[in-house]
Order: sequence, then C-alpha cells, then structure tokens
Amino acid sequence: MNRKHTLALATLAALVLAACSTPTPSSAELDKLTQEVVARSFRAQGQAKLDRLSPDEDNRLCAESDQTGVALDPKVSEAIEARNMQTIKPPSDGKYLGDFKEGEKVAQSGAGKTWTDAEGSVNGGNCYNCHQISKEELSFGTLGPSLYNYGKMRGVTNPNSADAKPIVEYTWGKIQNARAYNACSNMPRFGHKGILTETQIKHVMALLLDPASPVNK
Amino acid sequence: MKKIALASRLIGFSAVVGLIGLSTAAFAQKSSTDSIAEYRAMLQDGNPAELFEAKGEDLWKQKRGPKNVSLEACDLGKGAGVVKGAWVELPRYFSDTGRVQDLESRLVTCMQELQGFNGEEIAKTPFGKGEQSNVTALATWISAESKGMKFNLPQSHVEERKMYEVGKRLFFMRGGSHDFACATCHSQDDKRIRLQDLPNLTKNPGAGNGFGAWPAYRVSNGQMWGAQLRLNDCYRQQRFPYPMFGSDATIALGVFMGVNGKGGEATAPAIKR
Repeated sequence: MNRKHTLALATLAALVLAACSTPTPSSAELDKLTQEVVARSFRAQGQAKLDRLSPDEDNRLCAESDQTGVALDPKVSEAIEARNMQTIKPPSDGKYLGDFKEGEKVAQSGAGKTWTDAEGSVNGGNCYNCHQISKEELSFGTLGPSLYNYGKMRGVTNPNSADAKPIVEYTWGKIQNARAYNACSNMPRFGHKGILTETQIKHVMALLLDPASPVNK
Repeated sequence: MKKIALASRLIGFSAVVGLIGLSTAAFAQKSSTDSIAEYRAMLQDGNPAELFEAKGEDLWKQKRGPKNVSLEACDLGKGAGVVKGAWVELPRYFSDTGRVQDLESRLVTCMQELQGFNGEEIAKTPFGKGEQSNVTALATWISAESKGMKFNLPQSHVEERKMYEVGKRLFFMRGGSHDFACATCHSQDDKRIRLQDLPNLTKNPGAGNGFGAWPAYRVSNGQMWGAQLRLNDCYRQQRFPYPMFGSDATIALGVFMGVNGKGGEATAPAIKR
C-alpha cells in the first residue's frame, strides 16, 4: 500500500518535472513546426491550389519582420525592391491611360481568385476596400491612403505631357508591383501576380490621372 | 412556447432589416461608424442566435448517435460535463487526444468517443450540413453559457505555448495570389474595409472583441457561423487554399487570438452584419 503510494507520487513528480522542464522550442524550431502545420492543414479547393502556400522570399522576409517587430536591414529592403522593379514593364502600346469609367468598375469590384470564384472569371481590383477614391463613393476602406484628387494634387493637367511623365510612370509601376517602391507594402502586386490585365490597369490609371475623372474634380 | 415567441420576434426583426435597407442613403450622411453601431444595437434586441442556443442545449442533453448517449459526460477542459466557463479557456491541451483543441474540434471528439459518430466524416461535412450544423448549434449554446466571463486561455502546457507561437507565425504569414496575411487587415487600430471596422487581433480590446464574438449570427446571409467557419471565410478572402475543419492551423490561430484577448469579455453568440 505504502509502496504503491510512493510509486504513484514518484510518477507524479516525474510528470510534473517533465512538464516544467520541457523547454519552449527555439525560434527556428517553431518556424519549422509552423511549416509542418501549414503542410497538414490546407487542401486545394477550386482555383486556390496548394502552390499559393509556396514560399516566396519577399513575403517570407516581410512576414518575419512583421512578426518579430524588427525592421528589415536597408540592404534587404533595397534588394526586395530591386527584384520587384525588374518585373515592371511599360504598356505594350506605349499608352498608359484607358477609360476612367471602366476604371471605376475595376476599383469597385472585389471579385476574383478565391476558391468560390470560377477560374478565368474577371478579377476586380479591390481598390475601394482600402482606399477612398471618388468623392461619390462613401463606402471606402482606410487601410491605404486616400486617392481622392490623386492626379490634381500632383499637378497632372495633361497626362501625355513631359511634365506628367514621372508621376504617370510611377503610378503605372505602383499598380503593377507596389513592392518595387516599398519592400513590405500591403498592396497586392496586381500586374506581377496576374490579378489585373494590362487593359484593366490602364483603366484604373485613367481613374486616378485623367483630369476628366471624378477623382480629380 | 419559447420558440414561438422567438419566431415572432424574428418576423419583426426581418421588418427592421428591410427598413434599414431603405434608409441606407440617409445613413451614409451621418458618421458611418456611428450609424453601424446604431444598427447593431437595434439588431441585438432580437438575436436569432437564441434559436441555435436552444437547439444546442437540446443536442447536448439528447441521447444520440450509434451508442445512443448524451454529451453530458463530455469533458470540455474543466471536467466531465462542465459547460459554464469552458469556452473562455479554449483552445487548450487535452491529454486524452494529445492535442490542443478548440471548442468545435473538441465537440467532434466527444461525439465520436461518447456517441459513436465518425469524427472524420463530421470534419469532412460542409458547414451548415448534417452533423456540422449540430456542432455549430452546440458551440452556440456552450459559448452562451460563458457570456460575460473573461477570456483566460491556459498557457501552462508546452503544447499550448507552442501553438501560440505557431499561431503568431501563421497570423503574419503572407501568401496567396494577393500576398495577404491575417495581419494585413487585423494588426492596426481603427482601420476599415469599406465600412466594416477591423479589430486589431494582436492585442485588446480588438482581440477579445473579435475572437470573443464567434459563434455569431450573420444578418447578411441569415446563417449561424462558428469560429471555424469565420476563419475559413477569412482564408477564402485571403485567396489561400482551404483550411481543413479543426486543422492545427485554425486552432493555432485561435490560441493566438484568445491569449491576446486575455481579460476580454466573451460576447458570443453575437450578431454581425
């Protein structure tokens, strides 16, 4: 009886000790464990295949910085921006601006690329989810800066002029691949990741830069 | 009797929703956040989640499944059959399964072990169908039994601490076609998507308010959503692949949000737009 108790107590003590002495794993071990958890937790559905979880070095670096609160080394940020800058190509026909009315439709739509969207269906730009754009649309998000008066505030009176060229090219690049200008921007890489077509991006460009667009009124 | 009274309140409730639709333009003239708060307050008066609570309580006490027993011996972490206060301490580590589990995955364990249901089959069943809708109703009642209590997830077991750290890494993980992470929308204060306020889930009050509201009744689609479905739809909108029901990724995120929400008040089952 007494021995049994002693045994039970010893077992209990060993268990408690084991629980207390189990060290929390190192950061590298936790990174590895996270990868294992990801690998066993998701399955493909519709167009959302498992390759969407494949490591992307730009994303890995930014996520690590976000999670640890340690800013990226400036050299690393510059390397990310340089890599992404290389993906930006000027418009194939040299024309940067499309139709602002079509641009408004692209900006309004949040459709596309989810597992419930039909593969090959038209994607939206999700712009209003994060930005104020035209004054008339009151339902806008605040994750990104306001784009109301985008062209007007930057002095764009003729988007085809030499004066306007730098801002036109910058805006084109920013929509194509925002990470070329801000390594860890939260903005999707619309051109680089094939979210919007070249034509759709031209329409959004017109929404922001055409002096006749409601954005610049 | 209670159900009839609830049903008539539901009819009144639908009328209120209709009226709100008509006056959207007028609403937009005021501060949008104020108007939304007003709208929610009006809805709170007749939350249809009560119907699911009643169903969940029945399901807990009913003899069901191949073994024809109730769930009253189910251990949700505070001992067999203890419901009150269980939800504000979940997810937690369970030694019988050797896993950290959230409320919904733990309920499936009990349905399998006590009642003889096939847990894997339930996990594979689409949300809102068959035994999955019963899991949602049970989770609704069980969370309601902790209403007003403060979140206090245990972090004493090493597996619980590991899951917090994994959840944190998942929260900041960027991926999918749009490079979105949970953190893209939920790591800053006072931000919105369109007019929808976004809780900052990395700290209180956002973490407690956000995590502590689900299961919730969603007015926009007339459905009762558990925390698993809430996370599933976040991942859908993040353009990620499909997170499996009760998977460790979903549970780790629950631990991350729940621990960040420590001391926050449990408001589930809430009512959402």
